[in-house]
Amino acid sequence: MSETLISVENLSLSFPNHPVFSDLSFQVNRGDFLGVIGENGIGKTTLVRVILGQLHPGVGKVIIKQGIRIGYVPQFRNVDVEYPLSIKDFVALNFTGLKLPWLSKKERARVNQVIKQVGLEQIANRPLGLASGGEKQKAYLAQALINHPDLLILDESTASLDPNTKKELLDVVFRLNKTMGLTIFFVSHDMQMIHEYPDHYLWLQKGKYESGPIADLHNENKEGQYV
Amino acid sequence: MFSFEFMQNAYLAGTLIAIVSGMMGVFVVARNMPFMTHTLSEIGFAGAAFGIFIGWTPLNGMLAFTTVSSIMVGELSGAVESRRESVISAISGLFIGLGILFLSLSRKNASYATNILFGSVIGISRQDVIQMAALSILVLVVLLLIFRNLKDDSFDAIGSQTNHIHRNLISIIFLIMLAFSVSVAAQIVGSLLIFVLLTLPASSAKYFAHTVLRMMSLAILFALFGVWVGLYLGYLTNWPVTFFIASIEAIIYGISLFYNFIRSKSE
Ligand SMILES: Nc1ncnc2c1ncn2[C@@H]1O[C@H](COP(=O)(O)OP(=O)(O)OP(=O)(O)O)[C@@H](O)[C@H]1O
Ligand SMILES: [Mg+2]
Repeated sequence: MSETLISVENLSLSFPNHPVFSDLSFQVNRGDFLGVIGENGIGKTTLVRVILGQLHPGVGKVIIKQGIRIGYVPQFRNVDVEYPLSIKDFVALNFTGLKLPWLSKKERARVNQVIKQVGLEQIANRPLGLASGGEKQKAYLAQALINHPDLLILDESTASLDPNTKKELLDVVFRLNKTMGLTIFFVSHDMQMIHEYPDHYLWLQKGKYESGPIADLHNENKEGQYV
Repeated sequence: MFSFEFMQNAYLAGTLIAIVSGMMGVFVVARNMPFMTHTLSEIGFAGAAFGIFIGWTPLNGMLAFTTVSSIMVGELSGAVESRRESVISAISGLFIGLGILFLSLSRKNASYATNILFGSVIGISRQDVIQMAALSILVLVVLLLIFRNLKDDSFDAIGSQTNHIHRNLISIIFLIMLAFSVSVAAQIVGSLLIFVLLTLPASSAKYFAHTVLRMMSLAILFALFGVWVGLYLGYLTNWPVTFFIASIEAIIYGISLFYNFIRSKSE
């Protein structure tokens, strides 16, 4: 029996005058790599917010397994060129709680470990504001990984990256998925990546949805609208 | 110079203020709150005038007004950015008006008003220094306790939403600490020039240092340099200390911008 981390049952949700989901049900089990697709404005980020508990479902149930840690890479972030923190210090932001300001030896080792995992050790001390788009996404990923999450949510983390950088980023995620059983909730528009990495998909459409193993995703004639 | 008790008091107070301002300033800048800080200091002006009017010390009047209003403004933090600015402007206008009223009601002469607005070195008693030290230590201890969560909330407001850091609580505590810092800093540089210590040193520091702890150390250093040299020059020339502190911090900021410009050209 695989362990269910997210269980969405008959979820319906609408903003004023604007239905987003109706009767949506799906499950994410430990070790899954789920690809979530759907056109702009269909409700992918909204679904992420429901899972994170920031939005409450109108109708239906969203059950997140008790006590799991969630790592989250948001779609948008306030990081401009003047953003002063180094990649290292930014990654360490997720070490929160009532602790001394300076990092412990163990924490510093963990920061170095995740920075190495995403391949940023060369520029770890440079300000994040000066990093390229791809480097930023890698830093965001490192930050989301730092507390050893059970579930990693990526909201369009590969949008606007070139094919190589995309692969580098997803390879890191894929390796963690395969070796550590890290569960992935990967929101994307990129059909090629969706076919390549996830093992399941959830396709949100107007008023309906489709889901299943990735081999069942047939979109040859619709590909154009996503790529 | 240190044979005068008022200079001893001024140096003690100035050192405390520089340390608190440098630390708080890093968060003020990261949270994009210079405007809010400035408003708090205007509210502080009204508080000081009110204090004088009812026979308290200006510092206590300031503390009362800034603390209450920081909590009120904290409640506004959910409001949209653009509306928040307007509301803050309205509040600040109201309080400056009140400050002028209290001053005129208390029939103190105009030099009292200029002391509050522009700061004064002579006016600081040993008693004030002790109270300021107590407040500064309180701010430092609270900062130490909430440091990690405050850092996450200030430098990654969006990413921190999934960390259980009690963002609203952190934000209120921070505002109250800001109220204390503003009240303390106003004793030397005056309420009109609070930002000279609470935002300029931290704004300069971020071009040279790239971790929160290093930015803080540097901001403290810049603030200390300004205060110490400013007090000394004020003592030598009899010109207002605030003028020297403001100029020094502005020059440091100018140099930082220039340094950043050169660095970005050379890369
Ligand atoms: N707080 C809100 N109030 C009202 N409408 C909202 C709110 N948040 C989102 N919406 C609307 O809900 C719909 C879904 O938004 P969402 O951000 O989930 O889309 P998305 O699938 O993530 O799109 P994209 O691919 O562009 O990121 C959009 O039409 C959006 O305008
Ligand atoms: Mg989205």
